[in-house]
Amino acid sequence: MKKKLLSVLLASAMVLSLAACGGGSDDSSSDGEGASSGDSNKLTVWAWDQTFNIKAMQMAGDMYAEDHEGFELEVIETSSDDCQTKLTTCANAGDYSTMPDIVLMQDNSYQKFLKSYPDAFVDLTDCGINWDDFAALKQSYSMLDDKHYGVPYDNGVCAAFYRTDVLEQAGYTIEDLTDITWSRFIEIGQDVHEKTGKYLLTSESTGGDTIMLMIQSCGANFVNEDGEAYIVGNDVAEKCIDIYTEMIEKDVVKLVNNWDEYIATVTNGEAAGIVNGNWMNATLTGIEDQKGLWQITTLPAVDGVDTATHYANNGGSSWYITANCKNVDLAMDFLTSTFGSSTEFYDAILPETSGIACYLPAGESEVYNEPVEFYGGQAIYSTLVEYSSHIPEFTKTPFHYEAREAVNTAIINITNGTSKEDALQEAQETLEFKMTE
Amino acid sequence: MNSKKKGMNLIQKQKAAGWAFLTPATIMIVIMSFYPMVRAFIISLQTGTGANMKFAEPIFSNYKRMFADKVFVKSIGNTFFYLIIQVPIMLILAILLAQLLNNKDLKFKGLFRTCVFLPCATSLVSYALIFRSLFAQEGLINSILIKLHILDTGYNFLGNAASAKAVIIIALIWRWTGYNMVFYLSGLQNIEYSVYEAAKIDGANGWKTFWGITVPLLKPTIIMTFIMSINGTLQLFDESVNLTKGGPANSTITMSHYIYNTCFINVPNFGYASAMAFLIFIMVAILAFINLKVGDTRD
Repeated sequence: MKKKLLSVLLASAMVLSLAACGGGSDDSSSDGEGASSGDSNKLTVWAWDQTFNIKAMQMAGDMYAEDHEGFELEVIETSSDDCQTKLTTCANAGDYSTMPDIVLMQDNSYQKFLKSYPDAFVDLTDCGINWDDFAALKQSYSMLDDKHYGVPYDNGVCAAFYRTDVLEQAGYTIEDLTDITWSRFIEIGQDVHEKTGKYLLTSESTGGDTIMLMIQSCGANFVNEDGEAYIVGNDVAEKCIDIYTEMIEKDVVKLVNNWDEYIATVTNGEAAGIVNGNWMNATLTGIEDQKGLWQITTLPAVDGVDTATHYANNGGSSWYITANCKNVDLAMDFLTSTFGSSTEFYDAILPETSGIACYLPAGESEVYNEPVEFYGGQAIYSTLVEYSSHIPEFTKTPFHYEAREAVNTAIINITNGTSKEDALQEAQETLEFKMTE
Repeated sequence: MNSKKKGMNLIQKQKAAGWAFLTPATIMIVIMSFYPMVRAFIISLQTGTGANMKFAEPIFSNYKRMFADKVFVKSIGNTFFYLIIQVPIMLILAILLAQLLNNKDLKFKGLFRTCVFLPCATSLVSYALIFRSLFAQEGLINSILIKLHILDTGYNFLGNAASAKAVIIIALIWRWTGYNMVFYLSGLQNIEYSVYEAAKIDGANGWKTFWGITVPLLKPTIIMTFIMSINGTLQLFDESVNLTKGGPANSTITMSHYIYNTCFINVPNFGYASAMAFLIFIMVAILAFINLKVGDTRD
């Protein structure tokens, strides 16, 4: 009797939960699970960070709604990886109906989408934005054949972040690390490691960005101007790889296995320096007990390369209007009048999200010149905007991640004893192979 | 005559009922499994992206391509390495645990069984992440080894090819042993106790009874767990993605992980990815077939 009762209970529970699931999906399918709605005054947006890009988008929405009655904006949290996976799936099925009106995309991955699925995005060239207000490098990430597809938003300008207290212990100041070359960086790094046991640089061994921003700071890439794999015989690439492997051997850089460990090296104080995009700022400022200890300066430059600079770009993102958008005019006007032309808007989001604008006129504003306590009173925002104007342009490739993986694999192989020639040859072949169909 | 008027006799009715029960499941399997398989095969013969897919020239070029793909060949090697090391260890452990827990005089049997089976209730991603933090350089395992003065500084388990592979195998064994044990346990309970008693009277020791009675009578279960484990290992994905990201230098990447990268991380190439997926399908089919033949007791 008891068993019968139990089984009846179980069965009814299952039926109920089924019904609940069914009901749930009915609800969400009616508004298309975050897809573009036909509503003529509403836009849906996919973005991934509550405290950063989602917040900025919502503030843009509020601002736009003040002048445009009835305007509605819905931002749906969708992780960066999900945005890409969903877009790939939609595009391959040839059905964009589940896409939102506006989507945020990583700069590094955008070229591959634009080349693979040119129909998925709306051409924004004539949307009314004065494109000269954005740095040429930043624009180039979202351009194909001289046409603009994206409104630049999140700046990826890189900086070298250092713990001044650790440098002081080892007898250095931030000036000693400003405008130096990587070979000088290695000398200081070794010294710091010997005296304090800390590392002046950390990097991920699989999928690490350090090598990419090193070569890009020289205005070069692991592809040539025709977009072909260019690792073997690429003098700049070899110099970067030499420096990087030397840093591994000499304990200047600590290699970690994943992003968690990367962040951990900072939070546990093992890292005395970080070279990466300015968005590291959000992570660093979250570490209360390191307040006032960090400062930023320029990147080391690659030795023996004529085009070497102290500036690079990594990460960053831009807004795109998808092919599923039914109110292209509204979406264009919205992006143009907020992210595309409003210094007031950028002034408003800086203190709230510490998002640094790609919109050059915004950098002249007073808000950007305010000292930041976390960095010992350094006015990092205006400094970063200044850095971003010096970043050299380089050839973009849709095969960014393939190149990064091939080169990082070669570096690991070299440190494990493979000869440099063989490792680079293998990387070259792997990348060439990926580029063929 | 009467039955003819009604249209169906009893046997026909039963047959109709049988078909009625079978139909929903059959339709579901056809739509959810067979149709995608056929589609995947067609896509595997095509190249290009999105709406621009067209048939490859020559038609099997995607299949030819994978044997020139060093990373894919490496991923096949890695996957079979996991298969050859992990599956036997896991199944032997499972059968031993099942034997222990099948002991009539054991107290708290239910508790132990639940404990061994519990890892199976954890999600693949979360357990992979937990193993990742356990074996991190600052992780629990390293802290213990340092406290016991076995190591001076944390060993980079996930940063070295050999130890990273070992961590994946340990993780797999932890996750799946209990699952297989449950099958053996149910198999063991179907063996009459009198068979063991008879063996005991004939003077067989524990080892002899195990090989002479338990293993032969468990044979169908063993074959089933073998096929399932081979199938599961060939499709290994979560551990490679979440524990090691396939690193260092692709030394732990699995076939499915590489297929995923080809679709979603790299420039999308669905034709090639489908071809690789189809190769896995063929591998699983062949291995399962061999397994069934080896295990076939009919003459």
